[in-house]
Amino acid sequence: MTATATTAAPAVPEATSAHRRPWGRYALRAASLLAALGLWQVLTGLDVRLWVHFDQLPTVAEVGREFGQRIGDGLYWQDLADSLRRILTGFALAAVLGVATGIGIARSTVAADILGPVLEVLRPIPAIALVPVAILLFPSNEQGIVFITFAAAFFPVLVSTRHAVGALTPVWEEAVLTMGGGRWRVLAQVVLPGALPGILGGLSVGIGVSWICVISAEMISGEYGVGYRTWQDYTIVDYPGVLVGMATIGVLGWITSAAVEFAGRRVTRWLPRTDRRASR
Amino acid sequence: MSSPAVEGTTVTAPERAVEAPPGLGLRLDGAELGRPGAPVLEALDLDVAPGELLTVVGPSGCGKSTLLRTLAGLLPPLGGSVTEDGRPITRPDADRALVFQEDALLPWRSLRSNVELPLAIRGTERARRRRTAEEWLARVGLGGRENRLPHRVSGGQRQRVQLARALAGSPRAVLMDEPFGALDAQTRAGMQQLLVDVLRDTRATVVFVTHDVDEAVFLGDRLALLGTSRGPVCLLDVPRPRDRAAHNEPETAALRREILESLGPLGS
Repeated sequence: MTATATTAAPAVPEATSAHRRPWGRYALRAASLLAALGLWQVLTGLDVRLWVHFDQLPTVAEVGREFGQRIGDGLYWQDLADSLRRILTGFALAAVLGVATGIGIARSTVAADILGPVLEVLRPIPAIALVPVAILLFPSNEQGIVFITFAAAFFPVLVSTRHAVGALTPVWEEAVLTMGGGRWRVLAQVVLPGALPGILGGLSVGIGVSWICVISAEMISGEYGVGYRTWQDYTIVDYPGVLVGMATIGVLGWITSAAVEFAGRRVTRWLPRTDRRASR
Repeated sequence: MSSPAVEGTTVTAPERAVEAPPGLGLRLDGAELGRPGAPVLEALDLDVAPGELLTVVGPSGCGKSTLLRTLAGLLPPLGGSVTEDGRPITRPDADRALVFQEDALLPWRSLRSNVELPLAIRGTERARRRRTAEEWLARVGLGGRENRLPHRVSGGQRQRVQLARALAGSPRAVLMDEPFGALDAQTRAGMQQLLVDVLRDTRATVVFVTHDVDEAVFLGDRLALLGTSRGPVCLLDVPRPRDRAAHNEPETAALRREILESLGPLGS
């Protein structure tokens, strides 16, 4: 398999035919990132003031130097581990409960009537607005942050699952029923695998929203964590530190989304793919 | 109603069929079928003898599929009684397999794994269901393609897998809803022959819905005309079931003419 690309471009290997991916595309992706960094360096290095003020912003070199110092420090890795632990816990809870609730609502009118109204009222509330509630509800900040991360990913997963289950071809279920399969057989062997392609869309959106919320929650109420550190650096006017934090969030977000996409393509290999390869 | 003609099936049944489960007797008495508030068939009396192959023809929208779905237990009757061996049919059961017109295979399962499914539901242990599934796939001419996904094979091959899947669970009745309707004429003739061959080893009762009069006359022991001017259902005996040579016989031609006339101006 692949995964030997440069550090600038974490590989997103194609499930179907990794060996066929032209290396030119990796080169182009790396070049795109490098060009963005180069532009940043030029604008900040030359102290460009074109209505927006690039002279205030640290240069790539300064940020790089700061980053070099931090990766030698245990604190950086602890922050990183804390943030990852929070997001993975919250996201995993959201994935399991979101899929279960989505299937329940789509398949049972009783569940839809009981849970539907409550969830529809909660859904428009931005997860980050739940910070006061989380502080009141949970004994520690840690659990509050996980709760907010969970709440952020839960609704995209729930909604996508509900729609995916609703759009299932009835003939699959009828086939399993006429083989003598019962309710659980239908759920495990028709509903879940059949809805998976749609659920993955929700998971993909969910992991992105989770990052936004875990970082925001850490900024407001965290102890340790990439979001907390970034805000700390801002309050002590350590701008290169702030940008190291932002870059860290960006790269971690990219890696986790890529992992969700990769896992998604692995479990939906059965989907007929014609031109998907070209579009990725 | 005319009496069931089952001589044909009992004569062709070979020794192997002794171990096969006996066919189900299916019966409708004054049945009203359809969705609640929208009955499609009313006052329907029909008796399908154990082991016989009954073909059902009728104009589109006459309720052929509704009849099958009711017999499968997917659609409860709105009135009257629908029974299997005298017991009311209330829900789907592995004894009554349903073969759909198209795309009823689970697309995420390989051909083998699709055929294994009814066996898994019956609780057959893994090694045995794998062997049975492979035997059935070989019988329908798909040996060596067990690991393919359904969308990697042709429509005709998918229907063969559906047939294998339906029969692998040794059902006592097989309900077929225009299973060859989407296939071209040549593939369809091959599938009909395949069906005749595989059914020879079972004692299952078969109800076969089709809109193709030739197909109905070739396959059926008896033929049920549904939704014509001759009443809710009209049963006709087929002179020489499953005999290609009988196609041009005068009595077969007469039967075909009778059916086409009953189907109305579009058929004649």
